[in-house]
Amino acid sequence: MDARIRDHYLAEFERLASSLPGANVPWFQRARRVALEAFAEQGFPTARDEDWKYTSVAAIEKRLFRVAEGVPAGIARDAAALSLGYDCYQMVFVNGRHVPELSRLDDLPEGVTVASLAESLVRQPALLQAALASEAGASGFAHLNTAFAADGAFIHVGRNVMVGKPFELLFIATGADNVSHLRNVVWAEEGSEATVIEHFVGLPESACLTNTVTQIFADANSSVEHYKFQEEAAKGFHVGAIYAHQKRDSRFASHSLSLGAALARHDIGTRFEDEGCDATLNGLYVVAGRQHVDHHTRVDHAKPHGTSREFYRGILDGTSRGVFNGRVVVHQDAQHTDAQQSNNNLLLSREAEVDTKPQLEIYADDVKCSHGATVGQLDEDMVFYLRSRGMDAMAARGLLTYAFANDIINRIRVAPLRARLQAIMLGRLPQADLIRELV
Amino acid sequence: MLEIRNLKAQVDGKDILKGLNLRVNAGEVHAIMGPNGSGKSTLANVLAGRDHYDVTGGEVLYRGRNLLELAPEERAREGVFLAFQYPVEIPGVNNVYLLKAALNAVRKHRGEQEVDAMEFLQLVKEKMKLVEIGEEFLYRSVNEGFSGGEKKRNEILQMAVLEPQLAILDETDSGLDIDALKIVSHGVNSLRNQDRAIIMVTHYQRLLNYIVPDYVHVLAGGRIVKSGGRELAHELEAKGYGWIEKEVRTGAGAA
Repeated sequence: MDARIRDHYLAEFERLASSLPGANVPWFQRARRVALEAFAEQGFPTARDEDWKYTSVAAIEKRLFRVAEGVPAGIARDAAALSLGYDCYQMVFVNGRHVPELSRLDDLPEGVTVASLAESLVRQPALLQAALASEAGASGFAHLNTAFAADGAFIHVGRNVMVGKPFELLFIATGADNVSHLRNVVWAEEGSEATVIEHFVGLPESACLTNTVTQIFADANSSVEHYKFQEEAAKGFHVGAIYAHQKRDSRFASHSLSLGAALARHDIGTRFEDEGCDATLNGLYVVAGRQHVDHHTRVDHAKPHGTSREFYRGILDGTSRGVFNGRVVVHQDAQHTDAQQSNNNLLLSREAEVDTKPQLEIYADDVKCSHGATVGQLDEDMVFYLRSRGMDAMAARGLLTYAFANDIINRIRVAPLRARLQAIMLGRLPQADLIRELV
Repeated sequence: MLEIRNLKAQVDGKDILKGLNLRVNAGEVHAIMGPNGSGKSTLANVLAGRDHYDVTGGEVLYRGRNLLELAPEERAREGVFLAFQYPVEIPGVNNVYLLKAALNAVRKHRGEQEVDAMEFLQLVKEKMKLVEIGEEFLYRSVNEGFSGGEKKRNEILQMAVLEPQLAILDETDSGLDIDALKIVSHGVNSLRNQDRAIIMVTHYQRLLNYIVPDYVHVLAGGRIVKSGGRELAHELEAKGYGWIEKEVRTGAGAA
């Protein structure tokens, strides 16, 4: 990495260090310093890193992003317009900082604690120590995140508590060259259930970097449904990671819906730390123009009787580029593992491109594993069939594109979010009214 | 209804139809038979307007209009229906809603009012009895997970609802067991009327025991080489296609 870039981030750290949350929490201060040094040494990922082979972050590197201060005027209106707008618990973050007056956390069920990371580090640092110290990734972005993590949500759901409404964490990026380093922690105690939606948006014309890490702890027999809905601005950059740790008989579902940003990179992983875990990873990426979207997923079957299902689909138009790397590791102990993965890509233009790579590593002998990946264009036989039934060619193509996406959208269990995705997809297609009737 | 004059067509640069002539009037049922590779399916696909079937000569008039200049969807709206040899599965697209949209596309084209959900359901339920399809078919994706016979019955159901002027059945009988063949034939027979023309493309004479055609044509080497009444089918059944191919070869040699 260029010395100028390194010095920029070192100077930023010195500028901010004393104002970052947890400045008086010694273990966290040490962790920040260690991470900063690791970043200074390692820099941003390059094409030499196997995990970043197809995704260049040169555009991010040369931008010298800064942490923004203050909240722009009129943001309340934007937040209201951008949020999914339904009955949920909501926390709003603007350029990486929690804005309490825009958040809605009343009527939380007993046994549920929700607070911003900054607040939690003041009130209950010990509770966060183990979480923040666990896996957060090893890339330069992860180190920067630990060094600069300014805010995020800490959601703690107590034993056997079922949270009826979802949590929506709305992250709004505004302005140019601002960076949000977000760190979220979700902890579901034994037998509890929660749904968390991370919703990333950028105001039009904003050109920001979001660098986010979410750590999820699903204790025995708990159930965590996680959605990441990324619709950042066209000039935005998004780098995010989600790491889940599952205990006995827990259930984890991840849905990654990636539509926005010039460049989006998602690392999503879960680890079965005990028997009988179940994970579903769903993903839909829809890109056009010169957008680039990259998903790296990893499921670690470390213990027996685990089930994982992965359904990822991509729709690529223009000169966009998609990357899917789905790694499934079945460790020696993980007998009776049942793992399935599929990644299907639809190319709408000749110039769009996808690199898809399933990666199965199996060290146990009594397992059931499968994977499949496809990259192709719309099926002309299907188009002709629809035309021969009176539908014009544009509508037929739109219908097939929509049906392809809808396979993933239908897996979304939060109805308003599902409707929002459907509306966005239909909004991009001709004869949306007709298409809506046919699926 | 349909007048095909000296039709020539290529697939992948290879001449398949080499000057085909055929005249079909309203109310008639024509069977087009022939050995594999004779051009039967090419004819069906050219009439429906499929890509990659390139017409290199001749003309096709449908109710006095040049059929070949219409897009496939325009042909459908004008009352041309193709029952596919291999109906494609379309995951995520609802079977009955597609049928409703197809019907409304035709009605809109004719300047008629679109059917509403209730009327339509009534109509479909009535037609379903014809082809003995259960209601569960309606709400599945188009052809997805259907057996071969179910797919063919679904095609005939569509035809019954759409009431085309000209129906082209592309090997609708192949792959059907006798029970399914009877059901499909019953469906087709009930659609015969004075205003409608039906062209059945088939390899097997067996179908013609159930749907008795007015005319039988033998297609070989890209041309109709023999035409006759229904008795021609029986002759083919008894003697096979060999004798006709021989006739064509000697004919071609003389020309």
